[in-house]
Amino acid sequence: MEKTRNLFATGTGIIAVGALIGVLAALLQKLGNPGNMGICVACFDRDIAGAVGMHRADVVQYLRPEILGFVLGSFVAALAAREFKSRGGSAPLARFVLGMTAMIGALVFLGCPWRTLLRLAGGDGNALLGLAGLVVGVWIGTLFFKQGYSLGRSQKQSFGTGLLMPLLILGLLALRFIYPPVEGQTQSGVLFYSAKGPGAAHAPLFISLGIGLLVGFIAQRSRFCTMGALRDLILFRQWHLFSGFLALLAAALVTNLVLGQFHPGFEKQPVAHTQAFWNFAGMLVAGFSFALAGGCPGRQLFMSGEGDADAGVFVFGMITGAAFAHNFGLASSPAGIGPHGPAAVAVCLFFCLVIGFGNIERTRA
Amino acid sequence: MSEIVDARGLSCPQPVLLVMSKIKEKASGEIEVIVDNEVSRENVSRAARAKGWEVREERRQGDEWHLILGQ
Repeated sequence: MEKTRNLFATGTGIIAVGALIGVLAALLQKLGNPGNMGICVACFDRDIAGAVGMHRADVVQYLRPEILGFVLGSFVAALAAREFKSRGGSAPLARFVLGMTAMIGALVFLGCPWRTLLRLAGGDGNALLGLAGLVVGVWIGTLFFKQGYSLGRSQKQSFGTGLLMPLLILGLLALRFIYPPVEGQTQSGVLFYSAKGPGAAHAPLFISLGIGLLVGFIAQRSRFCTMGALRDLILFRQWHLFSGFLALLAAALVTNLVLGQFHPGFEKQPVAHTQAFWNFAGMLVAGFSFALAGGCPGRQLFMSGEGDADAGVFVFGMITGAAFAHNFGLASSPAGIGPHGPAAVAVCLFFCLVIGFGNIERTRA
Repeated sequence: MSEIVDARGLSCPQPVLLVMSKIKEKASGEIEVIVDNEVSRENVSRAARAKGWEVREERRQGDEWHLILGQ
């Protein structure tokens, strides 16, 4: 007895959404975004941290409109479907720390789960290690859930609290219009821009923003989540979200083949390094963090747009984590891992374990 | 006689985990599940159907949904 049937949340719906994201991401690369990085939530949050000066790695500074579009698109979709609901208060500090550990792990690998798929679809063999790490990390997370892990219940919040995230994002978007990039300059008003490197590679503003809004809308409706895809498969043998995950990979691969963007190999892949163990370990930490926090970085953005303040806290944890990752030499580069990357992986894993073991409830609700 | 699973305020995968463990425990009969968001309603219904249970009733009360699952 479904009242208003949500077509996006059906089996066909999730496959269509995954496929559309795959095609659009590959197209964004053609239109100017960095190689195998049509959409990367971790990298783009990191670029935003650079754009507002939280780190000063001059090659990764750009206020990515895709990310802004994700939150706003989801906000509009949630309002339209009457699903916007202001909620929060479920272990905010733990979620903030998980956002940090997820981001630091992802920047050791150089990509979020979305980019893991896009790197595979571009022929980057190093992403196989990242994918393996992601799967193992999520699997470890499921072991905690089986033991009764929970960050606790969220509470209803005021409507104003739910509006904060969309308003903050609108504010960032306003800054992008007030201080647009100036040819040859690395600063425009309060915003920083990259003159070279991945931060300088971007599709035109309105295309990036438009695709971001569209993806935000359809992802909110379909509940698209790359971490949930692996988690539900491992935990419940449920293929629903995983079919969207596979559709993204397949559609991006086909689009890359058509556009001549498929270059198989391990060496000289765009914005990637070849240190297999650290590709694996970085993504393991990221996958573990996403599992404990209940969503991949894209899903956290979408949930923050529908009024989930806890997801908003996770997003700010990610942005803060990105700042530390670049300020402290934790992030990798095409030359290899950062000087303190290994220590960062160990410390982040430690914090994940503390949060995991520290939140196992013996008496289930 | 239905037992109640209160999954309000919990995020995925916890509502589904709670319902699955209750389904395992009961094997038949009815379970009432309370959720407070559309995503949990969809996920719980999908998971229950995959286990051969049906959603017999769905009532919305304000911000909450009461689902009656039956086998």
